[in-house]
Amino acid sequence: MSGISPDVMIGIFSTMMALATPFLYAALGETFAQRSGVVNLGVDGIMLISAFAAFYVVLLTNNLWLGLLAAALVGLAMGLLMSVVSVSLKAEQGVSGIGLYMLGMGLSSLLFKVLVGTVKTVQGFRGVAIPVLSDIPFIGPVLFRNSVLVYGAFLLVPLSYFVLEKTTLGLKIKAVGQNPAAADSVGISVNGIRYFSVCLGAALAGIAGASLSISLLNLFQDNLTAGQGFIAVALVYFGGWNPWGVLVGALLFSVVNSIQLWMQVLGVKIPSAVAVMLPYVLTIVALTVSVNRVRQPAALNKPFERGES
Amino acid sequence: MLSERSISPEKASSRKAVDWGAIVVNVALPFAGVIVALFVGVIMLLLLKADPIAAYTALVQGAVGSTFGLTQSLVKATPLLLVGSGICIAFRANVINIGGEGQIIMGALAGTALPLAFPTVPGYILIPGACLAGFMAGAFWGFIPGILKARLKVNEILSTIMLNAIALQVMNLLLQGPLMDPEGIAHGTFLNQSAQLPHQAYLARLVPQTLLHTGAILALVVAIACYFFLWRTGLGFNIRAVGLNPAASRYSGIDVPFYEALSMTLAGGLAGLAGVIEVIGVQHRLMSGITGGYGFTGIVAALLGSLHPLGLIPASVFFGGLLVGADKMQRAVQVPSSLITAMLGLIVLFVSGSSLWARRWMAHRDASTARRNSMAGASARGEEA
Repeated sequence: MSGISPDVMIGIFSTMMALATPFLYAALGETFAQRSGVVNLGVDGIMLISAFAAFYVVLLTNNLWLGLLAAALVGLAMGLLMSVVSVSLKAEQGVSGIGLYMLGMGLSSLLFKVLVGTVKTVQGFRGVAIPVLSDIPFIGPVLFRNSVLVYGAFLLVPLSYFVLEKTTLGLKIKAVGQNPAAADSVGISVNGIRYFSVCLGAALAGIAGASLSISLLNLFQDNLTAGQGFIAVALVYFGGWNPWGVLVGALLFSVVNSIQLWMQVLGVKIPSAVAVMLPYVLTIVALTVSVNRVRQPAALNKPFERGES
Repeated sequence: MLSERSISPEKASSRKAVDWGAIVVNVALPFAGVIVALFVGVIMLLLLKADPIAAYTALVQGAVGSTFGLTQSLVKATPLLLVGSGICIAFRANVINIGGEGQIIMGALAGTALPLAFPTVPGYILIPGACLAGFMAGAFWGFIPGILKARLKVNEILSTIMLNAIALQVMNLLLQGPLMDPEGIAHGTFLNQSAQLPHQAYLARLVPQTLLHTGAILALVVAIACYFFLWRTGLGFNIRAVGLNPAASRYSGIDVPFYEALSMTLAGGLAGLAGVIEVIGVQHRLMSGITGGYGFTGIVAALLGSLHPLGLIPASVFFGGLLVGADKMQRAVQVPSSLITAMLGLIVLFVSGSSLWARRWMAHRDASTARRNSMAGASARGEEA
């Protein structure tokens, strides 16, 4: 290989932006849920069923925004189910999340086989070049020639930070996740805030699914996400429950994945299994080094009940 | 939470008589979960414009309607029983092992490689050897997340899910390399499968003309052994104590991290054993779909069995039948078997959502019994004086 050409570099970083998009939506959504004290492990299932919903609506109506709305609403419904089981009924969150995952995976596969049957593609969101900025060499093609959903994912990072750190709502979410008894005593509805956070996170996970099926891949198939929802949950831990940390994690993970894909495109001789394995190994290493660096929300994974310490 | 979960050895030992209330709660709730899931299944079938009665009839016929169906249900119950036994141990220590899939793969890899490496060794050495190798490989794959959780507090749910993906790629790597079937290479098919194992490594058939093999008996023995391990040994008691109340366990001198790592390692070992049994009992070679989703279904079976190895036995047979029946249903009424995956998810949601009420009811009952007993004791003492 005769060095890496600028075009390949642009390719690697553009792919990174695209790959990071579903992770950002899903992981930022999960950040809200976990900040309120609820681990939603069903993100992958939500992404799957929402990805199908978006794909199917676009297939029927050819309206991308309607597809996106459908994905968010289906995500919301799944979030509501998760909230009922994990917040109201106080289920063990790790277990109920796996149930939600299996439900989403089974339903999406079932509906796909019955309603669509064969592999079909849709015309998804196209790249939108931002005037002037997209002409900047190198930075332009990487940052400013993406689809709307990619821009949205990256804008969601400062927005999530702002909501969590600078608004009363964010303060309430964090209070409920840190010390629910104290939050309850000053009149904050602990379960209400948790319902809101889980549902918000689930709706964002729905958009993450849509970003796969109607923006990046423009198709649906069984197990389309291939576990990306679980990696998104891992990114929340890695990012220390902070939107900027999540961004760093998503970019790091995606750039490794992107390099791996480009190495295969360029015919670099490494077994594909090793290349595919790499991001998962990286996630475990990242989890290991990031653990204990930031303290997790004190009430994470603990259902709230009045009168218990 | 702690008030409900506090451990009290006296209570455990004083309750020597069969606790019918606990049995009813632990059986009735999972049963209700299944009923609810089946009912939601009816709604889904109606929405899909399929006849629910025809679908469920096909399901039942497929599972128990013929000798082959019945034995096939037991064949599928076997790995569920092994994986589920491990899940019982891990979940009892409050260690959430989602890594069954990866642990099955590692066990199957070891259980394939050993017989292929020693094709001339007699079966009575080869079979136990393969089982041991598979158990060790699975245990190693469980030990990694176990020790990461115990020593570094790495979330075991996430690490096991990542290890599932890694194990899958390790298998692909080996099946595309050293373990690839030489015949596949010779014929240019390059299928993702290993060569067939030497015949003496096959498990004996229990019923001729079916796939039911001696591994089913082994699984049954393992489940019963797990019951004795968890409820009749010190190690088992400590594992359950750690799961019920880690803080109290720590104060009473139990090495909590050790038991967390141990329970995950054992769970991995049993899932690994399931992988070997699947190879030497059913497939007789390693193929890429070896796990069959048992790593996840095993969790559902264990939950449905109330995390009790003896409850797990009927739960595993039930799910084995469900998996076999689903194939028949798919052929009979053209409803994809993914319906079953969705229903499994609903069962998990229901059972996990109702467990709090079961715990609360039992705690309430225990408290009132204790009150009654102490009052009776006090009055008895009063009479003596």
